[in-house]
Amino acid sequence: MSDLDAFRAEIRAWLEENCPPEMREPVRDDDDVCWGGRKFKFKNEAQKLWLERCAAKGYTVPDWPKPYGGAGLDPAQAKVWREEMNRIGARPPLSSFGIWMLGPALLKFGSEEQKVHYLNQIARGEIRWCQGYSEPGSGSDLVSLQTFGEDKGDHWVVNGQKIWTSYADKADWIFCLVRTDKANKYQGISFLLFDMESPGVSTKPILLISGNSPFCETFFDNVSVPKHQIVGEVGRGWDVAKYLLGHEREMISGAGGNDRLNTIGAFAKRNGLEDPLLRAELAMFDVDALAFSAMGEKFLDEIKVGKAHPAQPNMMKYAGTELNKRRHELLMAAGGSAALEWESESSNHGGKARSWLRTKANSIEGGTSEVMLNVISKRILDLPGA
Amino acid sequence: MPLYHTEDQAMLADTARGFMADEGNIAKQLRHFRDINCKDGFGHALWKQFAEMGFTGILVGEADGGLGMGNVEAGIVLEEIGRNLTPSPFLTSSVMAATALAAASDDLKGRYLPGLLAGDSVFAVAIDEGPKHRPERIATRAERSGNGFKLSGSKAFVVQGGSADMLVVAARTAGADDDQDGVTLFAVPKDAAGLSMDVVRLVDSSQGAHVKLDAVQLDADAVIGEVDGGRAVLNRVLNAGRVGAAAESVGVAMGSFEMTTTYLKQRKQFGKLIGEFQALQHRAAHLYSELEIARATVIKAQQLLDAGSEKAELMVSVAKAKAGKAAGLAVKEGVQMHGGIGMTDEYDIGLYMKRDRALAEFMGDLYYHADKVAQLSGY
Repeated sequence: MSDLDAFRAEIRAWLEENCPPEMREPVRDDDDVCWGGRKFKFKNEAQKLWLERCAAKGYTVPDWPKPYGGAGLDPAQAKVWREEMNRIGARPPLSSFGIWMLGPALLKFGSEEQKVHYLNQIARGEIRWCQGYSEPGSGSDLVSLQTFGEDKGDHWVVNGQKIWTSYADKADWIFCLVRTDKANKYQGISFLLFDMESPGVSTKPILLISGNSPFCETFFDNVSVPKHQIVGEVGRGWDVAKYLLGHEREMISGAGGNDRLNTIGAFAKRNGLEDPLLRAELAMFDVDALAFSAMGEKFLDEIKVGKAHPAQPNMMKYAGTELNKRRHELLMAAGGSAALEWESESSNHGGKARSWLRTKANSIEGGTSEVMLNVISKRILDLPGA
Repeated sequence: MPLYHTEDQAMLADTARGFMADEGNIAKQLRHFRDINCKDGFGHALWKQFAEMGFTGILVGEADGGLGMGNVEAGIVLEEIGRNLTPSPFLTSSVMAATALAAASDDLKGRYLPGLLAGDSVFAVAIDEGPKHRPERIATRAERSGNGFKLSGSKAFVVQGGSADMLVVAARTAGADDDQDGVTLFAVPKDAAGLSMDVVRLVDSSQGAHVKLDAVQLDADAVIGEVDGGRAVLNRVLNAGRVGAAAESVGVAMGSFEMTTTYLKQRKQFGKLIGEFQALQHRAAHLYSELEIARATVIKAQQLLDAGSEKAELMVSVAKAKAGKAAGLAVKEGVQMHGGIGMTDEYDIGLYMKRDRALAEFMGDLYYHADKVAQLSGY
């Protein structure tokens, strides 16, 4: 038996023993997701137990180094971990922007002290993070952001407004892009971390077309941020921001989510599938979806060993989000009028319709599809003047 | 297994790329043999060079004198064939017929494999009986006769049929036309009495043969694998042919795409390089995305096939469908972005469009394979 086979056997046995049966059920909605954090209420005992067991072994962030709360798995082992999780349909023990976005940025740009402190908190699900990037006047043109941090010696005083801050009302801390030099566009931005309970921080949920409010407006009114809470150098926050955006785009693309070969055609058939043209559309979609799942696997394999083009997350984000919008259009068509239900218990409070509407943001948030295509043109295809 | 090439595979890719660019390029092969109106549509000298490189025996077992490699490696060669539009009998002989012969008796192997390995023989595979790929239906009959079988029926658009020294023929030894069981594969030599063909030239300068089998008498030892039980071998041949065609499609797409992005960086209109226009940039970037996905799908299918995975059949259909779709987009965008010169015979971009159309049809098009994906998924 090879080392990897032995490792697989070990993981399989551990999962068998430690993953509670309730945590092997498919995630139905956001309520089933364990986000962690100071304000988080566990849905049930199984969810809490699953998080604790995984965190104790470093399995909430299996490929992070052990001193930072991970299990220190190499790329091949991490793949085995994902495969074994998928095999039993295990839910991720913890989902968070800390894992997907801030963590990778800290691993690359953080000081040793910051890594030990913040990464362990993330790995144990103690602190829930939100992202302060977009502003009312700075969407696709993010670098024009105006939120300003005035230098007061040992701290900055931050004033301004962020928008589309996901779960700002539920988060404990924020990683935030703040202008610390008004004269320097790209090199005048700093990447700051601060507590959302700091005096002067307030949030206001934004009601979306889905009827839900996953995003907030976030206001900073003379918020004091100590100087040691900066990641990277003063004025070099844009480098951190861009690196992190790569990970955000990877996350939104859905790559590596679930490689079990489920098709929406098979799902739609449960409600009867009588229209041959709809069946054909579903089949064409499933070709693209299964193809993209192979792309997701290849992308993760390549990124772990540095073979992926550095701008490839932009392609993944573009393709993955456009695909997800198509998926939900077809699920609505397959569901017929029943998919229009908005409130009933039986429809899980309009789950289909709300999810469908939510996906329309996929190709806007984290960089629009059009911006992704610009980046591919410039950085991968090297087209002129792009 | 990670979805990228191992070091050995990357070396093979380098070798194949260099070889095909030097020896198999469009001017030396496709245009030359097209313009002299060669009846085979490819050069036998190049086929001998394929043999010297070891390519002809890439899927032939080491015990039989081949390289004993898999569909990933065959696909590496096919991608370069696609990129250079190299006309050759590689896909039908070294991929499909070789996959069939792997299930054959030692006697049949001894009769046919040395010629393949030496680059002296060309093989074709005769399955379909109409203009669309429909391997589920086999109407050609093989009746027991004397010591062997007598084959009667017809096969349509057999690729390389006209130049083949031997055809692998799927015929029915039992049951009705649409039955799964009752199919048998035969190795039919080109000089068999009662075998005739009408060879037609296709849009991409390749040839397709309409094959007539008029009471072709074969000895029992011409049977490949089991009598009545040929479907399993046939499915292996189809999978290898489909994923191989998908790999070649990816090569066609990449060749066309590279030519097109190069053109976008050279051609000026309105005082600008046309690659500066966002209308074209976004289309090129979308195409890039589709091609990357197609390429990932093809290597996934190749690996599953080589590993004997039960998911292989599904992913092979996904790969053939996706590669066909992406390559179709690549050649259509290629011609459009080249503008007027894209319509001329002098420029190569149109040749990519022609080859893509033929490959799209070969071994089942997007619609056939999307339907198969639906069926395999239970709807």
